[in-house]
Amino acid sequence: MSYIPHTAIETQQMLADIGVDAIDDLFGAVPLSQRFPTLDLPPPMSEMEVAAEMLAISEANDHGQDFALFRGAGAYHHFIPSVVNHILLRGEFYTAYTPYQPEISQGTLQATYEYQSMMCALTGMDAANASHYDGATSLAEAVTVALEVTRNRRKKIILSHGIHPQYREVLRAYHQGRDIRIIGDRGRGEIVDLMEMLDDNTAMLALQYPDFFGQIDDITGLAEAVHAHGALLVMVSNPMALSIFKSPGELGADIVVGEAQPMGVPLSFGGPYLGYFAIRQKYVRRIAGRIIGETLDADGKRAFVMTLRPREQDIKRERATSNICTNQGLMALSASVYMALMGKNGLRQVGELNYHKAHYAANEINRLDGFSVDMSKPFFNEFVVACPRPVAEINDALLAEGIIGGYDLGQHYFHLQDRMLLCVTEMNAKEEIDRLVEILGGMRQ
Amino acid sequence: MGDWQTPGALKYAETDEWFAVQDDVVTIGITDYAQDQLNDIVYVEFRDAGDALDAGDSFGEVESVKAASELYSAVAGEILEVNAALEDAPETVNADPFGEGWMVKIKTSDLSPLAGLMDAAAYDAYCDSR
Repeated sequence: MSYIPHTAIETQQMLADIGVDAIDDLFGAVPLSQRFPTLDLPPPMSEMEVAAEMLAISEANDHGQDFALFRGAGAYHHFIPSVVNHILLRGEFYTAYTPYQPEISQGTLQATYEYQSMMCALTGMDAANASHYDGATSLAEAVTVALEVTRNRRKKIILSHGIHPQYREVLRAYHQGRDIRIIGDRGRGEIVDLMEMLDDNTAMLALQYPDFFGQIDDITGLAEAVHAHGALLVMVSNPMALSIFKSPGELGADIVVGEAQPMGVPLSFGGPYLGYFAIRQKYVRRIAGRIIGETLDADGKRAFVMTLRPREQDIKRERATSNICTNQGLMALSASVYMALMGKNGLRQVGELNYHKAHYAANEINRLDGFSVDMSKPFFNEFVVACPRPVAEINDALLAEGIIGGYDLGQHYFHLQDRMLLCVTEMNAKEEIDRLVEILGGMRQ
Repeated sequence: MGDWQTPGALKYAETDEWFAVQDDVVTIGITDYAQDQLNDIVYVEFRDAGDALDAGDSFGEVESVKAASELYSAVAGEILEVNAALEDAPETVNADPFGEGWMVKIKTSDLSPLAGLMDAAAYDAYCDSR
């Protein structure tokens, strides 16, 4: 295949077709002085010089491993065994895409199939697609599915304020201009308040589990109420938490979405992260993304096929409900390798370590004068700390001691001024936690 | 002529639906020729009972291992009933396209569009020519 897009003759034909003499004429609207502005560039450098300069620039960054990290709020610091990266970097796997001639790439399909299967096991769902960009976009895609399932007749989307604030922003941006109402999350509504908003115009109700504050609500009866109104129950979940808590499927969820970064994907500003999307069988035709299935080949051997493909790419393109074609195949592979390596018991151990360390830290901080921890509900590896001073001030003091403190909840929640969301994972040694508590203890007013 | 059934009492559209009339109710499905061309049907989806349709509107879709196709109603009216059993057993359309594989029943006040459709002989000839 030639990668020269247009020959001179083709260019002339196209110009003649649109009645233009020369390509430059197409840029007539751009002032001449702006077309080729003089760039004030330094003289050329050798590769060695460029490498040194880039290194100097990158050294302006702080490095995560030099700090004790107590911040989560959607992105989590977990240990990633080196096996994950070794498998990821193999040439056979090193692409973000599901192959376009899929069945020839049995290894990729098998890895994706295993990813889907493990996400289903964690979430308690029947099917999982081969990923979205991140947790926020997978939640936005859940809205699309809920609207489709209810045949675009229902206009109400109920959100809990306990869903990650940025997810809710992305969801609104994703669906702006659509004739729907997104309600429930502006105030401090509890689950019972959201249940009262349910009616026959509701397409879905979404909550986060554990919620943005790390807590787990009692949602007994919620799924029944949502379903009684013909709506879908969507749960946003940190898959790491699902290693020790009841699965959303058992709680009656119809769609489970979220950020799978905690499963083997490193913390990184701007990603790539990994949005997962899992759903009950009866709605599987409505999803975006692909599903890989297992079958037998002509010789009766186990083989993998692309079982479901999105309308965006194939035979029903004009009826597509999502324009998402790209996925995070490589990050899904990370998660797949991570989960397979840890196994069911290993994941549970990581979950328990997170739980116990976070509870140790929460109890210690709760004892400090001026600080109190909200322990009104069960929590996983994050908890809300009421502080005697503005969070920014506390974080500055912590940073000076090599500690990255918690997330300032006041920036999103007016009623949570001076509240800090702290996260403790298996990566935080007891000494680190004790040091955090000691510094905080010195900050009471 | 190919190896497919085309019952004489029905009307046929170029989009391969059959139409059976009883009083003011029109039952619609897809033809034996269509199911054979589509191969194994894996999914059907219909609009809801109670929905109003104009003549020429789509009342659903059918998807097979080979293709996905829209389903069209030649008559206007209200969807009286859909064959919900097909949603769990879409292969019924392959097995019995003119019987258990029926898809929707539409109540109409205007049967005149059916006069413009093909009879069995014309439909056979039409399929032969494709």
